[in-house]
Formats: sequence, structure tokens, C-alpha cells
Amino acid sequence: MTPSTGAQSVDAVAIGASAGGVEALSMLLAALPASCRLSFFIVLHIPRERPSLLAEVFGGRCALPVKEAEDKEPIQPGTVYVAPPDYHLLIDQGPAFALSSDEPVHFSRPSIDVLFDSAADIYGERLVGVILTGANQDGAEGLAAVGRAGGRTVVQDPVSAAVAYLPEAALKEGPVDLVLSLAQLQDLFASWGAPG
Amino acid sequence: MTNTAFDIELPLLLEAVYRKYHYDFRGYAAASLKRRLLQAMGRFGCRTLSQLQDRVLHEPALFPALLDFLTVQVSEMFRDPAYFRALREKVVPLLRTYPSLKIWVAGCSTGEEVYSLAILLQEEGLLERSLIYATDINASALERAQAGIYEAARISGFTDNHRKSGARSSLSDYYTAAYGKAVFDKSLKTNIVFADHSLSTDSAFSEVQFVSCRNVLIYFDRALQDRVLGLFRDSLCRKGFLGLGAKESLRFSAHSYAFSDFSPTDKIFQKEGS
Repeated sequence: MTPSTGAQSVDAVAIGASAGGVEALSMLLAALPASCRLSFFIVLHIPRERPSLLAEVFGGRCALPVKEAEDKEPIQPGTVYVAPPDYHLLIDQGPAFALSSDEPVHFSRPSIDVLFDSAADIYGERLVGVILTGANQDGAEGLAAVGRAGGRTVVQDPVSAAVAYLPEAALKEGPVDLVLSLAQLQDLFASWGAPG
Repeated sequence: MTNTAFDIELPLLLEAVYRKYHYDFRGYAAASLKRRLLQAMGRFGCRTLSQLQDRVLHEPALFPALLDFLTVQVSEMFRDPAYFRALREKVVPLLRTYPSLKIWVAGCSTGEEVYSLAILLQEEGLLERSLIYATDINASALERAQAGIYEAARISGFTDNHRKSGARSSLSDYYTAAYGKAVFDKSLKTNIVFADHSLSTDSAFSEVQFVSCRNVLIYFDRALQDRVLGLFRDSLCRKGFLGLGAKESLRFSAHSYAFSDFSPTDKIFQKEGS
């Protein structure tokens, strides 16, 4: 694996997906080793009416604890956090989570852009941004913000994505460090164990 | 952690706004403020937050527009119908036992939640003996709340929510549609007092049986959240009720001991006896 995405220099991974995202994320989270000390933040577009079962769905397949992020909750290492439905999820000083019910961004709440922008502010170069399959452009600008702040940017290869629109939008928006197939993404996630 | 120019400028701007206009945003969560201020900078054509501060300090006419950015609250009638259903089924039976009721909707913004509660109380036969305090810091939002006029395009969503809240009447009983607007009945307002009140700087003003404050605390940092929850504790009568937003909790608050879970999934809490 490239040293630039090695776990040693990174504290957190922000992941955004919409259409097709449940399947892709299930595979990637299942690849995470139990020794992983990174914090993961996930925005997945889902219909707002549905009570979110994402934490349960992903929790069963992931070696790390998976939970819905709560307002003002301090961020722990080795934990996967999912944005609650119908709220924006932001990273604030602490680092801790902040929720907002501001207007949808690109028709989306939670919005990937909102998460990525705020995470880039707090984590700078110690952040990896990952854009997966999706049918909406929300996330493309956010990933560019992660890159501008010095973070690593990763996009699922549109060819391997269930829906190519979002990965293509992200590739168009700005320079991306890595374009990986789902299998390569699994390898990357699997490499994020504790050093040594 | 980065310490960008923006991070330096932000507290300076908030301090300037506080000193000049006495609106205190210093305890607001920075991440949301930042998004809103970036939007405001775009609107006012400012390249930096310092430029925005310059204009805000020297062009008082600009301040109300900035206030709209800082306080924008997005709400709808009967948002989270399950909350209103729980009020109806679990809280109303206890509120009935009071000869007269005082209710505080804190951070009411443009009033959607206030009218939702007024309609619910009307349906339950309690509105007549209730007084609802609807407070906000934004005077123009309060004016819109007081007017009770909403875009007709929003009504179908409101109606859907209302029905899911266990409605005993039709939402259309409470408004008149005209020229693309829905104007809510004046009769609902008879028992509502709209008032300017800052959760950051003002104190409790009355004893109430129920405080509804939803999706307001998420915009505050933990210290301000503690202040505000302290205000609610001081305002509530013994065994009074506190309703919060679907993703708000008392878990990280210094005042969690003052409240017990009443209907945790609906975020309804009850002030402890003692």
C-alpha cells in the first residue's frame, strides 16, 4: 500500500456515498481490521422518513464499533460513526460532532459536502476523504476541500461503482490522489491496522 | 488542528457583533457558524471575515441581513410527527391536570412549531387555558411567526406530518389559502405571546409546565447548552416537561441529573421532583 495512505499519518477517514452505497460500504467496513485506530465518519444518502438502521446494518459486519453520531459527542479512535437521517453531520473543535438542521445541500441532508468541509477544517492533512458510488454531485466539492486542506483524496473508480455519477463528479472537481476499484479499496481499508 | 486566518477572525467578528449590537453568538458551535458566515461573505461580496466585520461595524443597516444568516432556522409544521404523537398521548394527559398551562417554545424562529403546538392543544381542548410563550432573538423571524403566513407549497408536507401526529381534525380547518399563501387563523394566536428573548444572555421569565426547544441546542457549544438547559430547569415547574429535537440529548450536559427520561425515543424529558 502507498505510504501516503498509511494509518500512521492519519487520524480520520470521511466517507460519502449515495445510490449503491450500502453494499459498497458493507464490503469496505467488513475489511477493517479490529486493531484499526482511525475514526470513520460516514454520510450515506437515505430517505429521511426511514428510521436509520445503518449502524445496525454495518455493525454486524465490522470489527469496529459502529454507531450513529450524536451532537457534541467526543470523537473516539477505532470507531465508525454514521450521520443520523435528516441532519447534517459536522466535525467541530474537540474534535467532537455537531449536528445541524440547516437547509439541504444539493438536495441532501445529511450532505457529504458539509461533513467533508468541516472535517477538512479540523483534521487538515490527517484526514482521508473517500467518495464512493452515487447518483448526486453532493460530495464532489467536499472532497476537493479535503485535498486543499492537505488531506488524502480517494475516489471509487467509476467503472467499478454501482452508479458512476458521483465518482465522476469528484474526479472532475479536482485532483484526486487515488482512484481505486472496490477490491482495491478493500485492500486499502484492510491495511489500516495498528502499526507494528 | 489548523489555525487559519478564518479561525482567528471568527471570534473577533462575534465579539464585535456582541459589543456593537448586543447579540451574543460567542457560544455558538463554530462548524455551523462557519458555513453560514461563508454564505454571508458570498452574499455581501466580502473576501474575508475581516472585511465582513468592517462592514458590519460601520454599516448598521447590514446587520439585520447578517442576523438572518446567523439565525436561519429551517422548520416545518409537525416536524417529526412521532414527537407530537407522544405529546398527545403521553404528555397531554398530565398537562390536563393543571388548571392553567404555560408553555415555552424557545427559539421559535418563524413559528411553524408554535402553530403546531397551538393546533394540537386546540384539538385536545387545552388551548383555551394555555398561554404559549414563543421566543426568538431574530425580530424579523418573530414578525413572520406572528403573521402566521406560510407558502401554500409547504402545506401538503405540513398536512402529511399533522395526520401522522394523530390529528383529531384536518389542518385545513386552521388556515385560509389565498394567492399562494396559507394564512393561519387569528384565533390560534389569542393565547400566544411572541417575544424577543436571547437564550445566550436573558434569564428565565416565567414558570412553565412545558418547554419545547427543538433543533436549537445543536447550534450551541457545550457551555451555552449548559446555560440554556439551566434556564429550562429554572423555568420548569416540578415534574414539568422538556421536549428536544430528535437527535438532541442531555447526555453530555451538566444538567442531565436535573431531568429524567420520560419518553426517551421521542426526546421528552421530565424535571426531577425534589
